[in-house]
Amino acid sequence: MEDSYQLKLAIAGPDGLQITLTGNWKVRHALPESAPLEDWLDSHPGTKQISFDSTAMSGWDSALLTFLVRVTAIAAKNTIQVDQSGLPDGVQKLLHLASAVPERGDARRTAGKVSFLARIGNQGMAVAGTATEALAFLGEAALSLARLLRGKAQFRWSDLLLTLQQTGAQALGIVALISFLVGIILAYIGAAQLVNFGATMYVADLVGIGMARAMGAMMTGIIMAGRTGAAFAAQLGTMQVNEEIDALETLGISAMDFLVLPRMLALILMMPLLTLYADLFGILGGLFVSVTTFDIGIIEYLHRTQEAVNIRHVMVGLTEASVYGVLVAVAGCYQGIKCGRSSSAVGAAATSAVVSGILLIVIATAFLTVIFNVLGI
Amino acid sequence: MSALAESATTATASGPDVHIQVKDLTMAYGSFIVQQDLTFSIQRGNIFIIMGDSGCGKSTLLRHMIGLKRPVKGQVLYEGKDFWAAEPLRRKGFMRSFGMSYQGSALWSSMTLAENIALPLQEYTDLSAADIRELAQLKLALVGLAGFEDYYPAEISGGMMKRVGLARAIALDPDILYFDEPSAGLDPISSRLLDDLILELRDSLGATVVIVTHELASIFSIGDNSVFLDAEKRTMTATGNPKQLRDTSTDPKIHRFLTRGEA
Repeated sequence: MEDSYQLKLAIAGPDGLQITLTGNWKVRHALPESAPLEDWLDSHPGTKQISFDSTAMSGWDSALLTFLVRVTAIAAKNTIQVDQSGLPDGVQKLLHLASAVPERGDARRTAGKVSFLARIGNQGMAVAGTATEALAFLGEAALSLARLLRGKAQFRWSDLLLTLQQTGAQALGIVALISFLVGIILAYIGAAQLVNFGATMYVADLVGIGMARAMGAMMTGIIMAGRTGAAFAAQLGTMQVNEEIDALETLGISAMDFLVLPRMLALILMMPLLTLYADLFGILGGLFVSVTTFDIGIIEYLHRTQEAVNIRHVMVGLTEASVYGVLVAVAGCYQGIKCGRSSSAVGAAATSAVVSGILLIVIATAFLTVIFNVLGI
Repeated sequence: MSALAESATTATASGPDVHIQVKDLTMAYGSFIVQQDLTFSIQRGNIFIIMGDSGCGKSTLLRHMIGLKRPVKGQVLYEGKDFWAAEPLRRKGFMRSFGMSYQGSALWSSMTLAENIALPLQEYTDLSAADIRELAQLKLALVGLAGFEDYYPAEISGGMMKRVGLARAIALDPDILYFDEPSAGLDPISSRLLDDLILELRDSLGATVVIVTHELASIFSIGDNSVFLDAEKRTMTATGNPKQLRDTSTDPKIHRFLTRGEA
């Protein structure tokens, strides 16, 4: 539908202006301009009153209203009286409604300019604030664990079992697939170098120790961060949005015990088991490449692996896995608990859970590697 | 029946005309029939109440009328045209003339109040960003929230959210306004003010209003006509002006409902 509204300005009486509205004031393309009115008022400075004639107007919608709101504002600025009686009843009522509740002075937000230095300062303060918050969360989590050991933590064991199933059993497929592929990659890269020394046989050592000491735990940790950490953040974040966490707190149930504890326990228990499982599949991946590409016999390969990988390597991997479990669980639950109250905040919480989970895993790996090295393990 | 509001846009003020018709409608979730054999019509410019006890399918009926759920059997007619038999594109055209205010406000939480109201305008008009902003400001002023454009839904009270939901519903100047439990969760005064606002908007926009509610105060103060759904019989048991139903209905259940079981 074409916009077919028209506006006519005419002198009415000694100091009056009559605005005649004709045509269809239903507008879909651009709102009516108020510039002609301002021009008219500039050239007729003595105007004291504005009235309307809308008898020839065939239809209207909010576009007319916005135009009239502008007219009213211009009139108020020039201390001109507006006589609305020539407007349709509905329009008069709506105009009355629009001005019935005056704007609250303190409601509108003013976006003040912030200087560059102030922005840096604000960012720094925010980082410090977040760090304190995260440490407080960690402390609460530790207290919650202590309450569990004293048998005073309040949570439902069925929740723990369900989380165990979700984090453990249901992750078997993806962990197996990724570990197998990592085993294949390690074997290929290793063999390509070792073949120069005629030491292809040592692929088994490389894959076995690599998986057991580091890669098994690390890949499982990253999978858990993406899969379980994000899920924790999204679950707890949605509960925060729905005030479910408030409902727990008002019942005197600690969200820490009830929600965070079972999730942490589940990950701490499942991470080492999944890591062992990942080690196995990584070694199978190496075996697959060695047998199919480098003509190493199955028995030879397994025997070599058995000689190379001792319990020490496996324990190092499992220690790392437990640490990663704690980190991923804490990152996920922390982001979920401090989630804002909107759908986009839940998305942001899930993203941060994954990113901070992986970041923490990498940092922890660096520290643990140095520590194990110093200890000579 | 109260005087019909003269439509601001049409010149035909002669007698009541039927705006919405529901014919022989059956609603079901899977094999579970919620309500069947619903037949009633709504006059243009009326405030029509869908009432009944909890769980009788009031909101479900609304979802069938606005196109969120397809009826198992029967028709919903707008100005005589079958809504569900229409092409998807035509159905979208019908839906453009509806404004819906949801029970939980259903504001998009990641958008400011102004953006919430602007979205339908961006989708359906060619207006510039500045024009859309001005319209959004106007709609917020109409519901008494001038100056709150840049707030997020999480930062305002439940009653304010309800009013923003209403502002969003009238963003496109709809012919029909649907309300699902408009006064749920509001204090009596806010609820009364919202009723007044609905009346004002009906009178000035000339829209037809359909409200799902069981607030007796609202039903009697603004309802022109109504339908009563019975949860046990799974069909409508009465239609008519709510006050008349209260005074004349012989169905004990309707009488009890409309008198809060006190008379």
